[in-house]
Amino acid sequence: MSSKPRTLYEKIWDAHVVERRDDGTCLIYIDRHLVHEVTSPQAFEGLRVAGRTVRRPDLTLAVPDHNLPTTPRKDVDGKRLPIADRESAQQLAALEKNAPSFGIRYIDAVAPEQGIVHVVGPEQGFSLPGTTIVCGDSHTSAHGGMGALAFGIGTSEVEHVLATQTLLLTPSKTMEVRVEGVLGAAVTPKDVVLAIIGRIGAAGGTGFVIEYTGNVFREMSVEGRLTVCNMSIEGGARAGLVAPDETTFAYLKGRPMAPQGADWDRAVAWWKSLATDPGAQYDKVVTIDASTIAPSLTWGTSPEDVVAITGVVPDPMSFADPSKQVAAQKSLDYMGLTPGMRMQDVPVEHVFIGSCTNSRIEDLRAAAVVAKGRHVAPNVRQALVVPGSGLVKAQAEAEGLDKIFIEAGFEWREPGCSMCLAMNPDKVPPGERCASTSNRNFVGRQGPGARTHLLSPAMAAAAAVTGHLADVRELVEVA
Amino acid sequence: MDAVKQVEGRAFPLALKNIDTDVIIPAHYLKTITRTGLGKGAFETIRAQPGNVFDDPEYAGAKIIVAGDNFGCGSSREHAAWALLDMGVTAVIAPSFSDIFSGNAFKNGIVTVVLPQEAVDRLVEVAKTDPITVDLEHQVVTTPFQDRFAFEIDPFRKHCLMNGLDEVGMTMARDNAISAFEARMKADRPWL
Ligand code: SF4
Repeated sequence: MSSKPRTLYEKIWDAHVVERRDDGTCLIYIDRHLVHEVTSPQAFEGLRVAGRTVRRPDLTLAVPDHNLPTTPRKDVDGKRLPIADRESAQQLAALEKNAPSFGIRYIDAVAPEQGIVHVVGPEQGFSLPGTTIVCGDSHTSAHGGMGALAFGIGTSEVEHVLATQTLLLTPSKTMEVRVEGVLGAAVTPKDVVLAIIGRIGAAGGTGFVIEYTGNVFREMSVEGRLTVCNMSIEGGARAGLVAPDETTFAYLKGRPMAPQGADWDRAVAWWKSLATDPGAQYDKVVTIDASTIAPSLTWGTSPEDVVAITGVVPDPMSFADPSKQVAAQKSLDYMGLTPGMRMQDVPVEHVFIGSCTNSRIEDLRAAAVVAKGRHVAPNVRQALVVPGSGLVKAQAEAEGLDKIFIEAGFEWREPGCSMCLAMNPDKVPPGERCASTSNRNFVGRQGPGARTHLLSPAMAAAAAVTGHLADVRELVEVA
Repeated sequence: MDAVKQVEGRAFPLALKNIDTDVIIPAHYLKTITRTGLGKGAFETIRAQPGNVFDDPEYAGAKIIVAGDNFGCGSSREHAAWALLDMGVTAVIAPSFSDIFSGNAFKNGIVTVVLPQEAVDRLVEVAKTDPITVDLEHQVVTTPFQDRFAFEIDPFRKHCLMNGLDEVGMTMARDNAISAFEARMKADRPWL
């Protein structure tokens, strides 16, 4: 390899090139493949029709998450309860059959480790620094928080990876997003990533892989980095990365699928060599002063529609771009908001704390601090807390967080994607408004006609207990 | 994907123009979790008509369709190709095809043969009583009556079809390179 200084992205890419073609396209080796029930059935069928096998079942892990109801999955006798929705049941049954018949490790719906693929991967130590990770789901970018090159793929590519453990790819451009300085009170990783998408725009990262640098990310927990990288795709980037460091290694050590013993030491040594070299060039650099980031949320139907909680609903005419003016007006009509309205005056009927963006233990702790000793407001019809995995749920219960939520009037559910995309029965009814810790506020994402405001777990809890979008800083002692 | 060098057998004579993807496979079959089994929904609207060719025992097991202009127009659904494959059809002969359909057909190992209208008319007649042969290697369609209709095909597609190479198959053909990479990976990063 040349001695030219390289970025983290380039180092991971170079380490995975099986073959390089004349036109620059590379056959890239895939180290880790996560499979869930929605995008895999036709891929397995394709293999079956062609009489093919899975090349590396040992590098593949299947977990059901999207369709699973979050209500109890077993009856009092411990028997599995049937799934009412026929199509969901069919997709789940297909995965349950396909995984073992192709020799793939499968975490079933009632296993203690079950959860959202993007929560389970890091938690199990399946997702490792310096690896290439794919899954038939765009938020695979989350695993970039481990220092892995991770991105979503389509069903035909799922089949390609199952059969060959590779993908044909063209290299992306690199973007450095550097956030330096001191974050304000109650500003969380979710606020940081919302602020970034607000600045670069929902298409700002198109064609790029983002590397997040600066003291803010160096000082951030692995869980926080997962939250940030998760939403890279909402800024248009295929993937996001944070360089692996001591924080990453401490998080990973001892996890069930992480390397052990001598392998561990070798792995750490290699992981340490991955950081971007001094003098390496990014194709684009964006810098943000941490002190300018407030607790934030979205007002519209694009994740770039970001405003501080102290702000107001913008006037569509205030945007310079005429197409954005039209889009903003459409968003406001859909969202049932008028320009100039204070965000804090907007009432909500639903609160969702969950999704692969914000359903890990630190997220639940942050929400519980706000919920503790308070009660969900009478106008809030449903406040759901959906842990990202069975292990997160168990940890939260060991810490008594479930009691705090239940006493405050929240529903404490079984792990899964839930109200993030409303493929299971958890939906926001038409015209109703949800304060949600998920990652997409698209039209109809949480159910037909549903209105979504993306925000942090603490802010979601604040909305639940006040009955409207609220500044969490007014509810908790902030240092 | 199976390699196709030659498709020989009875053919469904379907002289209609603009057979669209909704005719080939109606939308209500798209919720499936499989690519197989779509044959039962194929040409549903045509099959609803008494005396249609698809239910005529004369054509049982036919592997070829001879059709009119613009076969496969409409949506991009790959289900159309999957449905044909599931009913055992591996070649379609027509004066023209929609681009998307012929791409999907190719990806699934179905040969699309473009011939002039007069040739297609003649083949529709032959199909009613006798088998037809699509010889991909020599790029010619023949009948038991000494008919010979030469056709053009993209050399890359021909190569892929004749060797049974779909995209997955083509990468699988790089097995040596992938195995070599895996050996390096095992040495350099044994923890994976
Ligand atoms: S939680 Fe939402 S974004 Fe994450 S994997 Fe599930 S559906 Fe996708």
